[in-house]
Amino acid sequence: MTDMTENSVVPGTRPDLPPPVTESGIIGWLRHNLFSSWWDTLLTLFAIYLVYLILPPFISWAFINSDWQFLPAVELGEKAPEFSDCTSGGACWIFVRARFGQFFYGFYPDAERWRVNLVLIMLVGSIYGLLSERVKHKKPIAWFFFAIFPILAFILLYGGLGLPVVPTQQWGGFMLTLTLAGIGIVFSLPIGILLALGRRSQLPIVHLLCVLFIEFARGVPLITILFMANVMLPLFLPQGVEFNILLRVLIGVTLFASAYMAEVIRGGLQALPKGQYEGAMAMGLGYWSMMRLIIMPQALRVAIPGIVNNFISLTQDTTLVAIVGLYDFLNIVRAGSRDSNWIGTEIEGYVFCAFVYWVFCFAMSRYSMRIERKLHTGHKR
Amino acid sequence: MSTQAQANPSGTEMAISDEVMIGLTGVNKWYGQFHVLKDIDLTVLTGERIVICGPSGSGKSTLIRCINRLEEHQRGRIVVDGIELTHDLKNIEKVRREVGMVFQHFNLFPHLTVLDNLTLAPIWVKKVPKKEAEEVAMHYLKRVKIPEQANKFPGQLSGGQQQRVAIARSLCMSPKVMLFDEPTSALDPEMIKEVLDVMIELARSGMTMICVTHEMGFARTVANRVIFMDKGEIIEQNEPEEFFNNPKSDRTKLFLSQILHH
Repeated sequence: MTDMTENSVVPGTRPDLPPPVTESGIIGWLRHNLFSSWWDTLLTLFAIYLVYLILPPFISWAFINSDWQFLPAVELGEKAPEFSDCTSGGACWIFVRARFGQFFYGFYPDAERWRVNLVLIMLVGSIYGLLSERVKHKKPIAWFFFAIFPILAFILLYGGLGLPVVPTQQWGGFMLTLTLAGIGIVFSLPIGILLALGRRSQLPIVHLLCVLFIEFARGVPLITILFMANVMLPLFLPQGVEFNILLRVLIGVTLFASAYMAEVIRGGLQALPKGQYEGAMAMGLGYWSMMRLIIMPQALRVAIPGIVNNFISLTQDTTLVAIVGLYDFLNIVRAGSRDSNWIGTEIEGYVFCAFVYWVFCFAMSRYSMRIERKLHTGHKR
Repeated sequence: MSTQAQANPSGTEMAISDEVMIGLTGVNKWYGQFHVLKDIDLTVLTGERIVICGPSGSGKSTLIRCINRLEEHQRGRIVVDGIELTHDLKNIEKVRREVGMVFQHFNLFPHLTVLDNLTLAPIWVKKVPKKEAEEVAMHYLKRVKIPEQANKFPGQLSGGQQQRVAIARSLCMSPKVMLFDEPTSALDPEMIKEVLDVMIELARSGMTMICVTHEMGFARTVANRVIFMDKGEIIEQNEPEEFFNNPKSDRTKLFLSQILHH
């Protein structure tokens, strides 16, 4: 006999009770995540110790004992800033301040830098307009961004229509990195989609060409492709035809990224059940309508983490253009700290560089997570 | 045209014309070495309601999937509403526009709302204006009794509701024929009836239907012909009463005894 009579409730009338304290709240969280076993406890303590070892010295170096201000003589323009102006023993941030213009614009002439700024403002503005939920009418922005902006940006950055030409040899710094990453991202996605569809195509020639391209581009390091773009491409072109090095590098980077993109998208396509294709076909949709309206929206959603991963690694891979003589952001910071006035500022340079890349890539990562959540329509397949 | 007259038949009278809607002659199909369909001859008249049953692997699903070319047959002729199914993509898409299909697993588009699921094909395939397509969609959602779910996503509906949406989605293309491929097999027992009710109502409205199903009650209520298939062949076909009460072949008797007394 159990005490059934005492605790018994009429079936179907049991109320919802709150969970026990050990399962919820801060204590529950701590117990679950940090101290659930002696081994977890040990790891937690070890991790806290590591943070204690690393964080205080770094904060002291970067913030507490560091130089941010120019000497009064420098402010007055009586002398140029240099490494020996830094006396705190911590980070010498005046190096970054003094070189900021070059880090951002490369060797772009001072008088023309407003053109870069204008392009940047248009870029940030239209990206915000396209991505923000607060902006309702996206169609005109999309038209501007995909049709007018590229031409406008080219004229502004390169020159023409009365603006003096700034040869691409003078482009550099963050602006160059942004150009490379931006164009790579914008072109690698559609090319990747086409390659992925081609690889799954039942037309043997299309399939073969796509497989050959993807496997070639993935089988060769990006450095090799950049060298080839730099050295081999001119060999195939008729004598006397000049082919801009930046353009060569852009084509190489974009095609390289497209191959990786194609495989990520193929993964998304394979995650879709066959029923989605059959449902679409049975409704009388043709191949391209089916892909555009039914298959791609779902496949791309599945592939978002991989796609953003590719965007991020593409952004970071742009640093490799240093080996064909372009001064991208990393390369120009490096060059700056090799200046005889600034010998000894490598660490500051690299930390600054890492920070900027991190902010840029982390923003992409966060945004992709938001999109994923937004597109989650609670469906089970 | 006599088909026009059947669009709104009076009462529960289910008229059948003498017009051929679907004709299969000597259809054969192989999956690799496996011979799934063997010399299938089948004529479906406008307004007929046919139920196909048989053990799994008998080729019944394959047969109806050949009718809208989700599967390709290798020998024989399939003619749907006067259009022969060949490799010609134009013809295939034309046939698919006239033939609605309902699947076992619904195959709704999970990234679109119910309303968008219904209006997608009319807008993109038939070029119907959006507003008109939405009116038609709401009309059919009312007919399958879930107009209040129009703005939800398929993943938020029960299986029975999803299948009714799938039926409404096909009807939005105003098809001349509806194919049902085991429409209730993936449903919980509680939800089978709501789907069958919609199908019965559809049959009464004069729609030409071919259903692969094991719902024998449904077959008795609406079918004018039941077809039994086994190992890729049509073994027997008859009116429902005759088919259930007086099956001719031993294979049919065995099958019926197994599904009726389980």
